[in-house]
Order: sequence, then C-alpha cells, then structure tokens
Amino acid sequence: MAQSPSAKYKPGDQVRIRVGVPPTHFRTPQYVQGKQGEIETSWGAYPNPEGLAYGGDGLPAQPLYLVKFAQTDLWTNYKGGSQDALLLDIYENWLESI
Amino acid sequence: MADNGHSHGDNAEYYALRAEAIQALLIEKGVCTMDDILTMADKIDSRSPADGAKVLAHAWVDPEYKVRLLADAESALMELGYDLPETAPKLTVLENTDDVHNMAVCTLCSCYPRAIIGRPPAWYKGLSYRSRVVVDPRGVLKEFGTELDDEVQVRVIDSSADYRYLVLPKRPAGTEGMSEEDLAKLITQESMIGVGLALSPEQVSAS
Repeated sequence: MAQSPSAKYKPGDQVRIRVGVPPTHFRTPQYVQGKQGEIETSWGAYPNPEGLAYGGDGLPAQPLYLVKFAQTDLWTNYKGGSQDALLLDIYENWLESI
Repeated sequence: MADNGHSHGDNAEYYALRAEAIQALLIEKGVCTMDDILTMADKIDSRSPADGAKVLAHAWVDPEYKVRLLADAESALMELGYDLPETAPKLTVLENTDDVHNMAVCTLCSCYPRAIIGRPPAWYKGLSYRSRVVVDPRGVLKEFGTELDDEVQVRVIDSSADYRYLVLPKRPAGTEGMSEEDLAKLITQESMIGVGLALSPEQVSAS
C-alpha cells in the first residue's frame, strides 16, 4: 500500500463512475461507466495503473475501492433477482460524488 | 464446461509468437532477465488448485481460522506455510453461504489468484466467459451444472485492479465426519472461482 491522501469515500457512500476513454491503459471497464454504485470496501491507496503502464511510478497513489452495483441497474432484462450484484475495484480518480 | 464457445484456441500461434517477441524485447531493454522470467514461471507453476483446496478445507474445519482467512488472507495463508511473493497482487477470500454466492472473473484480462492456485483454466481467459458472466451469471452457472435458488444473492466479482479473489465454497451437507484431507478433495478449481459448488462425497467416490 502506497502513501497517499486519505480516502474520500467510505463504505455505504453512493458514487457514480466517470465516463471516459483516456488515451492510456485504464482499469475501469466501460460497462460500469456512468453507472451508480455503492462503496463496499475501502482498500487503501495503490499506484495508479494509468502511469504504471507507461513505465511511471503511478504516483500519487490512488485510493482504491470495491464498488457494488445492482445487476438490474447495469443491464436491462437482467435474468436474476434484484438482490444480485456486481462488484469491482475502482480507483478514486474514476469516482464522482452523487 | 464441455461447449462454451470459448476462443482461447484462436490465433494460438500468433499469441505464442507475440509473447516470445515481448520476452525478447524485455530482456534486450534490460527490464528483466531470462532468469527472472523463468523464476516467476516456476513460482506460478509451483502452485495448483490443491494448494487452495488445502487452505479452504482448513477453514471449513477450523471456524477461528476461517475468520482470520476472511479478514486477512495473506497472514492466514502464511500460518499454513504459504508465503506469497512480494510482487503478488493482494488476495482476498470471499465466503459462499446459503444466502450469497460469489463468482470471480476478470473482464479486462485474466487476473486470477495465481499466487495460491496457479494458472487459470483456459476458459477463464476466453472472451465467452469474460463477457457473459457479468451479464448473465446464472446462465453461465447453469452451463457449469449449477442452478441456484432465486433467493440466493449472486455476486460477480470482476478483478479489475490490485486485488485477486478466491472463493471459499460452501461446505456440502453430509461431510461432518470427514477428515481435512478428504474435505480438500471436494474443493475443485471451479468451486474456488465460484462457477461451481464443492463436490459432494458421492461425486468424489463416483469419479
């Protein structure tokens, strides 16, 4: 875990995933971009892959969160219950407050 | 899964050649040595699903160990002699219960808890699994022979960053008197990814 500013969000916070296709290596799948989710876990900060992928040090490190989405919010005609969820790890620079 | 239309065989020659070219470039540019590459490959090959099964079976029989494993997988693994390489991504164990069924994928590439269960199966890296499991996890589970009640919450974990996820399958009924060693045989690679359940003792003795 790298040194970094403290995490802006805490478990239970509602967030929206930023939309974008930056000209770099990024780890935010497009299927969650623009979607609203909830912070499940705050993992601490990790070097930003958008810098690491190009030989940089990835600093400043980005707080990383496990974010939970309702499957029925992600897909129309989802075949399963409203309690079904999808979770993935998102760096703070991809999150927007709601 | 017999027929899931996965595409790992496509362009196999191309990908092998590309890997060789990247390896040659990494060495030529001094990023790493052939020794580093071989050492890392050996480390990955030294782990297999049997290692994960051993740890998870221990969690089935020792509730206090299970608590430690779920809270801090890396320390709990070290207790059993599994010292994860410093370069390995962080590891978290997710518990499947009567109410919650976790399953793991990496939609962006092939992130997988290699440090404890070795290399992923080919289908895990295939586009078919990666693209469909997030949209229709229950459909994919059915293809693997697993049907869950509607009341069970299915949680798909897309390993997209620094963490890798290992699933602790639910302990099957009728296994109360079994030894840890026999219990480990019930824990398959598929059940540790979450596309299947742990085997029943009958399934093991029939195989």
